[in-house]
Amino acid sequence: MSADSTTATFDDAPRSRDSAHVHHASEHPRPAILDEVNPARLPRATLVEHGRSFNWITEKICGIIEGKTPAWWWVCFITAAFVASWTVMGLIYLVSTGVGVWGHANPVNWAWDIVNFVFWIGIGHAGTLISAILCLLRQKWRTSINRAAEAMTIFAVVCAAIFPVFHIGRIWFAWFLFPIPNSNYIWQNFRSPLEWDVFAVSTYGTVSVLFWYVGLVPDLAVLRDRFFNAGKKIRSWFYGLFAMGWRGSNRHWSNYEMAYVILAGVSTPLVLSVHTIVSFDFAVSLLPGWHTTIFPPYFVAGAIFSGFGMVLTLMLPLRAVFKLEDLITQYHIDCMCKITLATGTIVGYAYAMEFFIAWYGANPYEGFTFINRAFGPYAWAYWIMISCNVITPQLFWFKKIRRNTALVWILSIFVNVGMWFERFVIIVTSLARDFLPSSWGYYSPSVVEIFTFFGTFGVFSVLFLLFIRFLPIMPMAEIKAVTPQADGHAHSHH
Amino acid sequence: MSATTQPHGIIATFEKTPDLMRAATLVRDAGYKFWDCITPFPVHGLDAAMGVRRSRVPRISLVGGIIGFCTGMSMIWYMNAYDYKLIVGGKPFFSPLFAFPVSYELTILFTAFATIIGMFVLNRLPMHYHPVLKYDQIHRGLDDRFFIVIETRDPKFDPAATRALLAQAGGVDIIELAE
Repeated sequence: MSADSTTATFDDAPRSRDSAHVHHASEHPRPAILDEVNPARLPRATLVEHGRSFNWITEKICGIIEGKTPAWWWVCFITAAFVASWTVMGLIYLVSTGVGVWGHANPVNWAWDIVNFVFWIGIGHAGTLISAILCLLRQKWRTSINRAAEAMTIFAVVCAAIFPVFHIGRIWFAWFLFPIPNSNYIWQNFRSPLEWDVFAVSTYGTVSVLFWYVGLVPDLAVLRDRFFNAGKKIRSWFYGLFAMGWRGSNRHWSNYEMAYVILAGVSTPLVLSVHTIVSFDFAVSLLPGWHTTIFPPYFVAGAIFSGFGMVLTLMLPLRAVFKLEDLITQYHIDCMCKITLATGTIVGYAYAMEFFIAWYGANPYEGFTFINRAFGPYAWAYWIMISCNVITPQLFWFKKIRRNTALVWILSIFVNVGMWFERFVIIVTSLARDFLPSSWGYYSPSVVEIFTFFGTFGVFSVLFLLFIRFLPIMPMAEIKAVTPQADGHAHSHH
Repeated sequence: MSATTQPHGIIATFEKTPDLMRAATLVRDAGYKFWDCITPFPVHGLDAAMGVRRSRVPRISLVGGIIGFCTGMSMIWYMNAYDYKLIVGGKPFFSPLFAFPVSYELTILFTAFATIIGMFVLNRLPMHYHPVLKYDQIHRGLDDRFFIVIETRDPKFDPAATRALLAQAGGVDIIELAE
């Protein structure tokens, strides 16, 4: 029995291609010393609690879509749609009046719009981290949260894209951003990081949708068959259309898994490059506080930090409402908290290092910028940022706090707030007080800007609510594959 | 042979993953070519048990990536250094350095499209009609059961012997699939 449980716990051990038939056979004599070695037992964390069956997983996840629309869903949806209408009205007003309805004025011409853009793009990054980087690192706990996190990525990119596009002012010229021949016979300037950003963000959005869709295909086939058997032919047809005729063939799974790993492999450099290029928007300029080489890694760490904050903010209520405790276990929450802690600590280090280099670099403008951030007119924003981003994640060191789901949720909100203020501090303080005191200013957002920004939370929520109503919120096939009964090598148990 | 009366093949059900693995090994060793396993999730090690070769998707991805990178570099050279020389801050009209970020993104974009299109093409999807999908228990194959299908076009196919092999391998509910 003890030997059995050892092989079962190291479920990744047989990996060679012909492992199916030879992995227990020993062709070479076993060295005697091995009998004296007593390796440490490292039990793998249970990813699906209570030994749930394959069918239970299917019923649980499909049941969310097939059941009656809950009353809370309608309440949330109508509220979210109302909030989203603020963005719509704000943008209609902006387009019909001009970009001056936002609070931008010299010297601060990049303000909330760019803050919001970086904020939303950063949130998206945790979704790609979970789906791609954790896939490559074989972190199996990603399975139950990756679908919702990828959905979060796509919806966050939608919200992010609104701001730079409307900041153009004359929205009908937005296509000038793309290399499409126009009547001026001038092409885009590819020496500008802003043009790099156009390619980075549009590639990011496209690849995120593709990755998400490929993950959905087998689950859409499950829904196609279930709706067909339930006599709901129209819904079955619709899911079936997108399921591409998937039939669970192992010859298909073979190509599918390879494609999935390659997509994870290209999404990893993609997610790192996107926020690197976003940081180039600032780092390539000459402005004190922006012109630093620490920006790419610092922005990427901050993006993942904020994204995990948002994943916690979304997943904890979903877990409670749909009773998903067997699939999103305490182990999952611990893992997410620990990544938040790690990236939050990196962000804290980056704040300290920026300050150090501002002093050590002996550039008076750079030095002034950082003193001004901490003690100038925007000190309030700076200290909100420090307390939310540096202090909050440190609480995740404690198991007691990680086990208190309500508290984790509240702390995740602080992370979101803190990361929004980080972008505000970086962008606005540097612009408001640059080299010449005669051109200094103080930026405050206009009402239109405030409503447009808060409305994007409504846009995001509307999309997310539609997602949880119509699509499987967890990848059923992937979760089944990490259950103990999925292991095809467990001969000795029978 | 009259295609109208010939069934698609024989399908057998297996309840547990190890049963399927053992059965797949038996079918492989019996020398069948046109057969398949239907599983609700990718079963680790089943490719080896079935004798399925390594997927060819990566080759298509590589081609996509190379095309993407070359597209980026040549597009930027054509636009900023050839078709309309754009003077900005005395910088060179073309340099692989400033062209790199965009080319890098296009490499990834084209790789992703090539990978997905390649995967679907190699799998011959979309194929909304397939005899296996007509099996009235197919939904179990996407839920919690495993099937092995051996097709009649296989040169080794013999109604009685194939059925016996699947029974010996531990399959239950062994039935013929209509075309």
